This record gives sequence, C-alpha cells and structure tokens, in this order.
Amino acid sequence: MKQKEGQSSIATIHGQCLFHLAGLVVIRRRTLTNFWAVLCKELRSYFLSPFIYLISAVFLLLSGYYFYTDLIFYVQFGFGMSIMENFWQLLFNDLRLVVLLTVPFLTMRLFAEEKRLGTIELLLTYPMRDAELFWGKFAACTVATLFMLSWTALYPVIMYQLQPFAWTAVVAGYAGLVLLALSFVACGLFISSLTDNQVVAGLSALGVLLFFWILSWNEGATNEGLLRVLAQLSTVTHFQSFAQGFIDLKEVTFFLLFMVFFNFLTLRSLESRQWRGRR
Amino acid sequence: MIEVHGVTKYYGSIRALYNVSFTVQKGEIVGLLGPNGSGKTTLMRILTGFFPPTEGKVSVAGLDVETASLEIRRRLGYLPENVVLYPDMSVRAFLNFCARVKSDSVNQRKSQVERVLHECALEHMAHRHIGTLSKGYRQRVGLAQALLCEPEVLILDEPTIGLDPHQVVEMRELIKGLGGKATILLSSHILSEVSLTCQRVVIIDKGQIVAEDTAAGLSERVQGASQTLVRAAGPRLELLAAFRALSKVRAVTVQDGSMGGQEGHTFIISSPDHTIAREIAQTVVTHGWDLYELKPVTMGLEELFIHLTAEEKRAAA
Repeated sequence: MKQKEGQSSIATIHGQCLFHLAGLVVIRRRTLTNFWAVLCKELRSYFLSPFIYLISAVFLLLSGYYFYTDLIFYVQFGFGMSIMENFWQLLFNDLRLVVLLTVPFLTMRLFAEEKRLGTIELLLTYPMRDAELFWGKFAACTVATLFMLSWTALYPVIMYQLQPFAWTAVVAGYAGLVLLALSFVACGLFISSLTDNQVVAGLSALGVLLFFWILSWNEGATNEGLLRVLAQLSTVTHFQSFAQGFIDLKEVTFFLLFMVFFNFLTLRSLESRQWRGRR
Repeated sequence: MIEVHGVTKYYGSIRALYNVSFTVQKGEIVGLLGPNGSGKTTLMRILTGFFPPTEGKVSVAGLDVETASLEIRRRLGYLPENVVLYPDMSVRAFLNFCARVKSDSVNQRKSQVERVLHECALEHMAHRHIGTLSKGYRQRVGLAQALLCEPEVLILDEPTIGLDPHQVVEMRELIKGLGGKATILLSSHILSEVSLTCQRVVIIDKGQIVAEDTAAGLSERVQGASQTLVRAAGPRLELLAAFRALSKVRAVTVQDGSMGGQEGHTFIISSPDHTIAREIAQTVVTHGWDLYELKPVTMGLEELFIHLTAEEKRAAA
C-alpha cells in the first residue's frame, strides 16, 4: 500500500515536472516575443533619433585623431618595433578612453527616460518579466555600441592596404574592446535604473567607470597588498593583454563577471518596487 | 472580479492606504472617488501588480496579484494617470509594440490594433508621432493601449482629466459602452463624472474608504435633505413666511447680501422631497411676485466629504 502511494506520488511528481517543462517551453516563446518587442522598440528609438549619429561622430572624431597621432608616433619613434607591439597596442589603449567617454551617453537614456515619462509603469504592468525588459534594453544598447565601434574597422582596412599584418592580433584587440564596452553598458544601465534624470545617469556612469579605471593608479597612496586587489578590479589592467593581441580566458572571465555583477544589480533595482514599503 | 481585503500600503513611514476593502463584480463599472493624494493611484498600482501592498490581499479574476501577477497582467488593461507615452513613436508603432507584448497570436495583433484605433477614433492619427498629439488624443492613445486584446478588467486612472468638455462626453460614452463586456474600475476626483458613468462609487479619503454606495444612493445621501435655491422679488418677510408654510419644507435660510447687485431675495429651501421646486414656483407666481432663479443646489465633492466624514464621526461616537 505504502509502496503504491510512493509510486503514485512519484507519478505526480513526474506529471508536475512534465507540466512545468511544458510551461517552460510556452514561457520561452513568450519571453522571446517580449524580448524581441523591447529590442525593436529600443532600436527604433536609437536609430530614428539623431543622437546616436552625433555620438558616433564624436566617437569617430576622437578615435580618428588617436589613429592619426598614434600612426605618426609609430612612424617616427617606433622604428624597429613590430606594428603590433607599438601601433595597435597604443591605439587600442587610447580607444578605451573614447569608449569610456561615449558609452554612458548611450546607456543614460534607457531606464531614466522611462522613469521620467512614467512609461515604466506601463511596461511593468504589461505581461512581461523584468528580465525580458532588461535584456531587451541591454541587447539594443549592445547593437548601438557595436554600430559605433564598427566604424573604426576602417582603420585596420586602411592599414592593411598600406602594409599587410597579422590580423589575428587586431581581432583580439577588438574582442577586448567589445567586452570592455559591454561592461560599461552593464554598469551604465544599472545607474540609469536608479534615477529618472538622464544627465545624472550619464555623469554618474562616467564617474563610476572612470573610478574603476583609475583604481590602480596611485601606488603611493595604498599599500602593496591593497594595490594588488585594486589592480584586479581595475578594468584597465584586464584590458592590457587584449591590446597586446592575446585573448586570455582569465580576462574574458573578468569582464563577463563584471557584466553579470551589474546586470544582477539592475534586475534587483527593477525588482525593488516589489519589496520597498514592505515590513 | 476584483477583491480587495484589508489593504494597507506604506511608502517608508508615510501611510498611503489603510485597511481598504471592497469588491467589484464582473461586468460592473465602479468609480473610485477621492481628492488628490487620497491614495487612488496607489490602490490602482497595487491592483495592476506594479507593486504589492504592505498588508492585505488583492485578487483579480480569482488570482492573487502577488503570486499570479503575470497571469493577471495578461487579462488587464491599465491607463495610468498623466500618460505621456513615447513622444518619438508613432501611434501605430506604439500600439504595435503593446500588442506584441500583450498578445500571443501573431494574427490577432494586427486586427487588435486596427480595432482599438477604430474604437478610439484614432485612425486618422495613426501615423502621427505621439509627441505631436494634443492632450485629448494622447489620452485616447493611452486608452487604446489599455483596450488591446480585450482585457477582462480595465483599470483607468483619471480617464477624463485634461480633456475638453466635448472629449469628456466622448470618453464617457466610450467607457459606458465597454461596461458589461469588461469589469471597469476608474478613478476621478469629480463627483458628477463618476455618478454619470459608474454604477457604484467607492469614496476614499486619506487612504481610507469613507463610503461605498450606488451612484443613486450616494446622491440620495448627499441630498438627503434636498436643497433648492430660489431668487424672487417681493416683500422679504412675506416670501419667507410663504415658503415656510409649504407642506414639505424642512428649513428655509435667507442668503441675502451674498449676491451683490441682483434683484430680489435669495433663499435656500431644504426639503426631503425632490419635487418641491414646482410648489415653490407656484407659490411665487400665485402671490404675484417675480421669480428670477430656481435651481437645485448640488453638493460639491468638498461638501460631500464634510458630509460623509461627519457621518462617520457620528457613527463612531
């Protein structure tokens, strides 16, 4: 009798598992639809407004200046060095700064504007999960960032015309640049989810990102142990090997964790309306 | 359809709602009436699952808002207060986005968008950017998104605010037309607005329910002593005596002096009967006096609150 009960309960558990699995499949489709809807909406508002073209223009102006001056520097002082050791490393390291200065302008709007307009209330009362909304926005911002970065692909193309080189190293540099930019996107999105003011969101993101950069700068102000820890947190330290032309799995992991950390915080920030005002 | 049991909501230390309970039956149109800052919007946000109550239970269509939020949101249309929407999106693009999120079936989406565009008379504005629309049209777009996919429950926060009188009438007709098909809870701070559209009214003040009644019952209570304003020319004391002599009159007060430069004397006559106006007119005419003005005195929301809160206090004492 007992065995029978056990069996039937196992059968129910199986049944429940199947039910949940079926539910999961249904939800998966819904999730994709919602994700896609948000992504399309955000892409539309990115690319139908002049803002992204303006930011891209500023980005290209600054990176073009670096491209030119770094090339001159290489031609004049990099004699005897390989182009990878000197020119590309220099250029990728300089591009970091340009990415840092422009990405917050792409992320600042995403949640802050929804909050200011009050449309966030609409979105969060639609049959949509917070995560679907978040990933839709993250993906849209990723596309916008890649759009901005993609114009710099002209540089290697021009260089290759002048003097063929081992392009694998440049690929590594770009992989690093994309990881760095997406980490900035994750951080910027989080800060945008905290305020309803775009300017505050943009400037705070800039400040926080800069802080992650300069953490390891001052050797004098910290002791050696602390410096080692800070250096590990610094985005610059982890970008170094990419600029040198290597894709180090350790560094890739760092950037992925950086993104996971901030994405986690953003989702908690969106969710906070559910537990604020609770006792 | 909507059940609210002992709902309390705190924002930090500020209490926005306290022990609110009421139910809305299927197909009913219920008005939530209260002055600004009385907790209407907070209550509506709880119903839509935007945030949970601090205490208490809320269920919509038999489902708990906290545990089955997603399922409820699928059956619900919500028009938030002061809908600004996305200014850089066209009406159709915005509704397409909403339909995509709300509807499972791809085929249904297009027909749903066309339907709400038609119902809200927005067809000729479909290509316009929402930012360029007038307040009235924007409000209609807000309503259109709420009506997508034929929700069982509609929550409308101040649906007629900021509309011109013509648009208010249109919106009212639209909402009335939806009654029976959907269960509707709408909020307002204008008494006449609510009594015209809703079958039942829940009055809320400082986060607490003050009264809950049918629209007719409420006006009965408000005008329990129906008041009529009379302005007539004639000897003042004789007029007063003649009005007092009428059979159904409970009290007569003189309101002279308040209306500067007007001919005649003004009286407020209280009576339990609504048909007193006829007798008043007759009295004035048979005496050969001139009748300048005769109208029922309607109680404003402020007076209604004073009335109702006084009632509450009396009940408590």
